[in-house]
Amino acid sequence: MAKFDLNDDGVVVIVGSGAGGGTLGNELAQKGVKVVMLEAGPRIEPEDFVNNEWASFTQLAWTDMRTTSGNWRVARDFANLPAWIVKSVGGSTVHWAGASLRFDDHEFKVRSVYGNVPGANLQDWPTTLAEMEPWYAKAEDKMGVTRTNNIPGLPGNNNFKVMEAGAKKLGYKEVHTGRMAINSQPRDDRGSCQQIGFCFQGCKSGAKWSTLYAEIPKGEATGNLEVRPNSMALQVEHDASGKVVAVIYADEAGKMHRQKARIVAVAGNSIESPRLLLNSASSMFPNGLANSSGQVGRNYMRHMTGSVYAVFDKSVHMYRGTTMAGIIHDEARNDPSRGFFGGYEMETLSLGLPFMAAFLNPGAWGRPFTAAMEGYPRMAGMWLVGEDMPQETNRVTLDPKAKDSFGLPVASVHYDDHPNDVAMRDHAYKQGSAVYEAVGATVTYPTTPYPSTHNLGTNRMSAKAKDGVVNKFGQTHDIKNLFISDGSQFTSGAACNPTLTIVALAVRQADHIAGAMQRKEI
Amino acid sequence: MREVDRRGKYSRRIFLQGAASAIPVAAVASSTGIGIDDAWAADATTLTPATLKTLVKVARDIYPHDFLVDSYYITAIKPWDAKAAKDPGVKALLEDGVGRLDRDAQDRYKVVYVQVPWEADRVVLLQGIEHTDFFKKVRSDLVVSLYNQEELWPKFGYEGSSAEHGGYINRGFNDIDWLPKV
Repeated sequence: MAKFDLNDDGVVVIVGSGAGGGTLGNELAQKGVKVVMLEAGPRIEPEDFVNNEWASFTQLAWTDMRTTSGNWRVARDFANLPAWIVKSVGGSTVHWAGASLRFDDHEFKVRSVYGNVPGANLQDWPTTLAEMEPWYAKAEDKMGVTRTNNIPGLPGNNNFKVMEAGAKKLGYKEVHTGRMAINSQPRDDRGSCQQIGFCFQGCKSGAKWSTLYAEIPKGEATGNLEVRPNSMALQVEHDASGKVVAVIYADEAGKMHRQKARIVAVAGNSIESPRLLLNSASSMFPNGLANSSGQVGRNYMRHMTGSVYAVFDKSVHMYRGTTMAGIIHDEARNDPSRGFFGGYEMETLSLGLPFMAAFLNPGAWGRPFTAAMEGYPRMAGMWLVGEDMPQETNRVTLDPKAKDSFGLPVASVHYDDHPNDVAMRDHAYKQGSAVYEAVGATVTYPTTPYPSTHNLGTNRMSAKAKDGVVNKFGQTHDIKNLFISDGSQFTSGAACNPTLTIVALAVRQADHIAGAMQRKEI
Repeated sequence: MREVDRRGKYSRRIFLQGAASAIPVAAVASSTGIGIDDAWAADATTLTPATLKTLVKVARDIYPHDFLVDSYYITAIKPWDAKAAKDPGVKALLEDGVGRLDRDAQDRYKVVYVQVPWEADRVVLLQGIEHTDFFKKVRSDLVVSLYNQEELWPKFGYEGSSAEHGGYINRGFNDIDWLPKV
């Protein structure tokens, strides 16, 4: 196993080991590049995962202090938990559902297609679907996405069958068990799905793709990748010429270390990544690293989300099998005649009893609430995920008061719904309820967004340096050897789940970085 | 379609805690309305039995499930005694909270909270304190301490941990049988 010296300034240092950082690290290691990967969390392996929602949350979730503001309900119900993401090796690929969809063509050019939407900071990506297609193909092959690469779709569980029956009655056409990075048959030395139903608690069978066991071990096997868990990146240092030279991080005991770097790639997810850049401010970069545009931390997106749960007169047992077992894709199109720009996906979702109690209607109590809970065995559910508008005022900043155990300001997340988001959500609730009513639901529950599992946009890509933080390779405009590798690169959120795009961008970025290193450009 | 046995595997175990009491269970007018024996409350170190029994009643009124016996609510509330022992602030919060509820009950109904006979009337009192720290802390703790009890899950048709049983691939993950043909 590789072990690099702190003073080895020839290494690429990657902050974060999730979909972006984990993939980038393996890809670079395969190309002979030396990589040190700093992961804030511990290394929890599948044998340690637990099929118990609260115990798993304690084990895996990022619960470091954060603050919130804005009109989103999360700020009221979960003031210090704006996001439900993972703090362990593998990042949020440990607990994700596996949905792996490509952007649509228009979703890369939202400013051109939607026009000027008041209050929205819309901008086209500096890349296109056509450019991304070969990288999407590589990502789908790498992750083993069903319905690509001759991989059969997964079988539908009870929850999916209810949604499918209702969808077809309503006339929806694109209804299937999804494009999922979950093995429907053995592939890539990983077994096939056992329908365990605790996807959000880490896949104990390994059927679901995660950088933890599908990318990182391959990178480590080359001898070029060293993963350091329990290593919290605190600051990125630069030299007098303005290029980054090292990452300061704290180990498990709180002791600081300085790892030199030829290149730094930040992939700490969309709240920590801008926080790291802002906390790395210096006299040369008083507004934080790579922030000449002022856009670091801004344009925070969390997708238009919500859920619909419905109760029937007969049993469903929706918790049996994959948490996200299928999709209705029809509403993901852009169709302003519905009253909003952009679209949304309808994807089945199940929660266990403990999480249903916590998230069905946070704060609710009394018989209206317990009547809903008693419907649990006869409940079906779906998650609505759609494109939310980037707004400059939706942003991650450094909290003026709260500090972490190292004395550094914690992240504060401000989010207000845009009228487009509200219109889309209302439409989605109505359609979701209609799907279930079409097959006999006796009651439906529109459910408020959970703490964000999709966090995007806070170091956005742009063609011009004044409009964003990075170029189409995730390279920061201001600092040539500083890259961003996670979903904070996204210029728009699109309707679909982000992981496939993050992985595709990381594969592309590895190719670019390796080439630039070889040409001695960085 | 495979249904879940609502009786669960644990229904006998929880009744075995606490000593058998000489007092007949059907004591009438002065009863707290809590079934089985109250020995569990006498075991407490910091909070009084009356406070604990009121908290159990409050717990059921916050999350009423008629098919759940008191022992689930008792299990959920009991840990507050240990928290009160460690933190005088918690002790004061709970005792003041219960005291305020009892005073509101006396003002409105001429009896303490646990003796107000109708749930709907007790709920009115809870709505009156809904914005207090006491209510918020008790409720937000309860949503976990009640619904996270494994013994309670079968009553809601939830089967819990799955991997050690081979997942649901052979246990009815797709056995729904009442949908219209698509």
